[in-house]
Order: sequence, then C-alpha cells, then structure tokens
Amino acid sequence: MPVIKASGVSIRYITGDFKDIGLKEYITRKLTKNFVVHEFWANKNITFELEKGDMLGIVGSNGAGKSTLLKAISGIMVPTKGRIQVQGNIAALLELTSGFDGDLTVRENTYLRGALLGYTRKFMDEKYPEIIDFAELHDFQDRPFKQLSSGMKSRLAFSIACLVNPDILILDEVLSVGDGAFREKSGRRMKEILANGVTGILVSHSLSQVRELCNKVLWLDKGEQIAFGETQEVCDRYEAFLATKGK
Amino acid sequence: MFKNILLRLKQHQFLFEELVKRDFKQKYKRTVLGMGWSILSPLMQLLVMRIVFTTFFGRSTPFYTTYLFAGNLLFNFFRESTVGGMSSLMSNHHIFTKINVPKYIFLLSKNVSSIINFGLNLVIFFIFAAIDGVPFTWKFITLLYPIVYLVLFNIGIGLILSALYIFFRDIQYLYDILTMLLMYMSAIFYTVDSYPANIQNLFYINPVYCAIKYFRSVVIDGVIPAWWLHLVMIGFAALALLIGGVMYKKKNHDFLYYV
Repeated sequence: MPVIKASGVSIRYITGDFKDIGLKEYITRKLTKNFVVHEFWANKNITFELEKGDMLGIVGSNGAGKSTLLKAISGIMVPTKGRIQVQGNIAALLELTSGFDGDLTVRENTYLRGALLGYTRKFMDEKYPEIIDFAELHDFQDRPFKQLSSGMKSRLAFSIACLVNPDILILDEVLSVGDGAFREKSGRRMKEILANGVTGILVSHSLSQVRELCNKVLWLDKGEQIAFGETQEVCDRYEAFLATKGK
Repeated sequence: MFKNILLRLKQHQFLFEELVKRDFKQKYKRTVLGMGWSILSPLMQLLVMRIVFTTFFGRSTPFYTTYLFAGNLLFNFFRESTVGGMSSLMSNHHIFTKINVPKYIFLLSKNVSSIINFGLNLVIFFIFAAIDGVPFTWKFITLLYPIVYLVLFNIGIGLILSALYIFFRDIQYLYDILTMLLMYMSAIFYTVDSYPANIQNLFYINPVYCAIKYFRSVVIDGVIPAWWLHLVMIGFAALALLIGGVMYKKKNHDFLYYV
C-alpha cells in the first residue's frame, strides 16, 4: 500500500488585488468592476506514488510549484482537483525557522515546535537532551531564540524534526544548513532515518544531494509534471535540460 | 461537531498548553509588574469613574462601587478577549501556513489568558463587594451562568473577528468604534431606571449588558433574573459561535491566500 498517493492533483492558486487592500478599496473596486483576481495553476495534474522507505526528490526551477505541492501533501492546502492520500503522521520542515518565537528561550521554542509537529510532552521530555546535543546548543538552552545566529536556528529546527521519528518527513531546502561539519552530520542522520523505513520528500536545488539521497525524482516545471521515475534517469534528463537552458 | 472539537483539542493538548504559555509570556514581556498590570489598570479605571460619576449617579444608586465594578469587570473581559482574539489568527500566520494545525487553537489559547485575567479581577471584585457591604448569599453560585455565557460569547465573537481580520484589516478600527458604542450602551456608570420600561428592555439587545445585568441583579439585589434572560443569553452565545464556526469551516483553506 502506498504511503503517499497523489492522483491527478491540480491546485489553483489565487493572487491579485484582494491582498493588502482595505474595505473601502474593496468596495469601490467591486463597484467599478476593477477588481482583478489572478488565478493560476500552481500544480497541474500531478500523479505519483511513494512506498514506505522511498525518498522522493522534487526538482525544478523557482516557481515550479514545489512548495505548493508540499503544502498540499501536508494538508495545509486542498487540491482543487484530484486527490492526495497520506498514511501516517507528517513532520514538515517547510522553511525551517518560521514558527519560532524570538522572545522565548531555546528550550521553550523546542517544546513549542515539538508540539506544533504533533508530538506529546512525554516524548519531548525524553528527546529533548538528544535534540540539544545534536544541535550543539548546550550553552544556549536558556537564551532567547533571537540571540542565536541563523545557522544555530536552522540547526535547532533540523534537529527537532529529525531526531523524532515521523512516518513521513518533508524537507524543503533544509539540508544546506549549518557549517560543513554540521551538514555532514545531518546528511548522515538523514540516511539513518531513511534506513529506518521513513518515507521522505526532499526539495533541493542541489542535484548531487538528490542523487545521493533519493531513489525517486519528480521533476516539475511551471506546475506541470515533466517526469517522475528513477533518480538516475530523471536527473540525467533534468541536467541535460538545465544545460540547454543555460546556453 | 462540539464533541469533535473537544476530541481534536485533546489530541492537540500539548500544543495548546505551549501556545498558552507563549501568549502569556508575550503579553508580559519586559514589564516590571507583569500580571500586576492586569489588576492595576481596571482598579485605576474604577477609581477614576468612582470619583467622576459619584456626584451624578452615586447618591441614588445603592452599592455604587459594586455597581460600577460589575460593569467594568464584565465589559473589560469582553473587550480584552475579543480585541486580543481578533489578531490571534493573523499573528500566527507563519505557523498555520506551514504546519497543519486546527486554526481555532490560536484563538482559544489567546482566550485563556484573558480568562485568567478575568478570574483575578473577579476575586478583587468580590473583595470590593464585601467592603461595600453587599450581603453574600448562596445565589452567588448562579454567577457561573453569565461567566460561562460570556466566555462562550467571546469565543464566538473572536472567531468572527479573527476571520474577518484576515480579509480586511479595517475591522480593527471599525471594532474600536463598535466597542465604544457598546460600552456606552452597557450602562456601566449610569442606571437605566430613568428610562421608560420599553426603552429599558431595549438594552437587552446588547449581549454584554445581559451579563452585566445578571451580575448586578444577583450581587446587588440578591435576585436571580427571569428565565427569559437566560434564554436570550443562550441565543446570543449560540448565534456568535455558530456564525464564527461556519466562517472558520468555510474559509479554513482560504485564509492562507490572504496573509
């Protein structure tokens, strides 16, 4: 049984005048028929299946609809058409440091983030030392979060999401955090997690990373699904595509 | 539906607790008195009103301090809870656009801190009432009714306001005006006795006045209000919760386009 199954998923995204306008503007534009809403399909008819233990890499240029697809998988958005079925709990790592509160301490933020990811207090009590260990933030536990450097912040976020064991792990451009040593450590950790049968989704602009970690690749371009398949094949095609585009 | 919400809340209990803690810390960060302010500012307000209005209404109104305090206590609870609730969804947009959590949880956690504030002020209210010489009776237990009513009503209004606030930021200014009007319509410092009976009844279209009236009736007059006031209050709370709940349900997946 597939852990994640997307069948014919299309997502319509709306932007336009309705943002950042006040009530008066809204009414006058409605009355003068000047009210413009742009609709565009951020994802068009995307179909794929992931089995337990699969690691999917999503590649594509900016604006290809990668983040929108992740949002649909984690249940934040609903597909306009099609269906996404997900079995198990998801730890999403969408934009690492968002959702932290600058005035709370590192410890408080760790618990808050754990709670947001759906873990229990008991579980967090157990895992907390391990998380701090991994993030190498021993001396900063009671410091306000805003005093950390951005590298430290990302390290903490990565550690929280990885040291706990979700069924499905979603990583959006996160493996490039921290310095070289930490990056190596987190790469190792990712492989360990994957060896344990976690299903993962990785969005990355680094093709070498995708080749190294993923066994399946989904290539999106302007919302369209160009290819879905084995890493080797899709990555080669994508690389060839990038080479022609670069010229 | 209500059972469903409770079930989901239980599932998100840990998150709820952490959010309550966060809201509390955010509220009092970098203040010397911390929670002391939540007690001090209503007391100052009471003091000023007591001095200013005693000449006009104080002489003819028995237990005027208690009368004033009851009005202030409930109205401040309503205002704090709904004004705080209005921005609760917006200020957490970086969370709900990234992580799938029930969105009303932000409003509920925000309401907890205003309920705690209200509880503190309620204790002080009883102390003042005792000093004022109000006789305490078993009937005070019925005060739970308007309290629960106001908690539910505040949540309902908070749901409506926080949803609207995502779409139109103008709401905060409109709501300022509305609460001001509502305050003058709540007979906080004056009495409605001088109006003819049918005008007096018009005051009951103000949901906050219903709670204030209930409080004064029990505390000052020692009388439990008539059954129809209970019904009116149930109606107000149910209506607010229903409208707010429907708005959240319908717009659940639309909020993220507007932040």
